[in-house]
Amino acid sequence: MNSSNNINNVFDIAGRAMASQMVRLNTIASNLANAQSISSSREEAYRALRPVFETKYAADAEKTGMSTLDTNSIVQIDREPEKIHMPDHPKADDRGFIYVAAVEPEEEMVDMLDANRQYQNNIEVVTTMRALMMRTINMGQ
Amino acid sequence: MQKIANSLDFYASALELRSKRNNILASNIANAATPHFKARDFEFSDALRRVDGAGPLRTTNSQHIATGEIGSGTLGYRQSLNPSFDGNTVELGVEQMEFSENVIRYQTSLTFLNNRISGLKSAIRGE
Repeated sequence: MNSSNNINNVFDIAGRAMASQMVRLNTIASNLANAQSISSSREEAYRALRPVFETKYAADAEKTGMSTLDTNSIVQIDREPEKIHMPDHPKADDRGFIYVAAVEPEEEMVDMLDANRQYQNNIEVVTTMRALMMRTINMGQ
Repeated sequence: MQKIANSLDFYASALELRSKRNNILASNIANAATPHFKARDFEFSDALRRVDGAGPLRTTNSQHIATGEIGSGTLGYRQSLNPSFDGNTVELGVEQMEFSENVIRYQTSLTFLNNRISGLKSAIRGE
C-alpha cells in the first residue's frame, strides 16, 4: 500500500494485485469467523468488512499502459444486524433481544471463490512471464 | 557490425513490443476486479510497422519525439463484449486468450532471434 514506489515490471503488477486479493481473502475469513457472533446492542454487532480496491497507475501509464491494484481502505457494509428475541441468552439486553452479526455466509463464499480465482490468475501470469524471462536470458546459447 | 545489428533489429523490436504488450495485459488481469477500470491494449502490427519503418533515428534533444515508443495516441481501450455492472471492462477470458497468444508470439520471435544468432555464430566460426 506504499503509494510512492512506482510500477516497473510484471512482478510489481501481479505482486501488488495478489497482495490486495489476499487482503480481500483475509476480510472474508474475518467475516465468516464472525458469522454467528452475538452482541447485546445494535451498535456493537459485527458487520461484514469489505476492502475497497483502486487502480494504481504507473507514473508513465499513458506510455506503458501499466497499472496494478491497491487496497484503498476497508469499510464495514451498511447492513442491519438481525434482532432476535431471546430473553434467556446471557447476552440479551434489558428488553430480551440479542443482535446477530450482519454477515451472509453464502455471499462470502461466492466472494471467496472470486478472490481465489483472481489470485490464481495473477500467479499464472507471473509463472508464464518468469519462464519467458528465463528463456530470454539464455538467448544465443 | 551495422549489418549484423540490422539482421537482428527486426526481431529485437518485435520482442520488445511483445514484452510491453505482456505488461499491459498483465495489468488488465491484475485489475479484473477493480470497479471502473478500463482495459487497455494496442494494435501490435501497427506499432511494429511504426518501429520498423522508423529507421535509425535517435532523440538528441528532450523536445524530440521518440520513435518506436507506444505513445499516448496508440494505446487504446478495449471494447467489452459484455459490459459489467460496476463499469469494469476487463473480461478474464478475453484477456487470458490475448495473453497466451502474446506469450506464444513472444516465444516465436525469441526462437527466430536465436536461429539468427546461431546462424551468424556458425558463419563466424566457418564450420
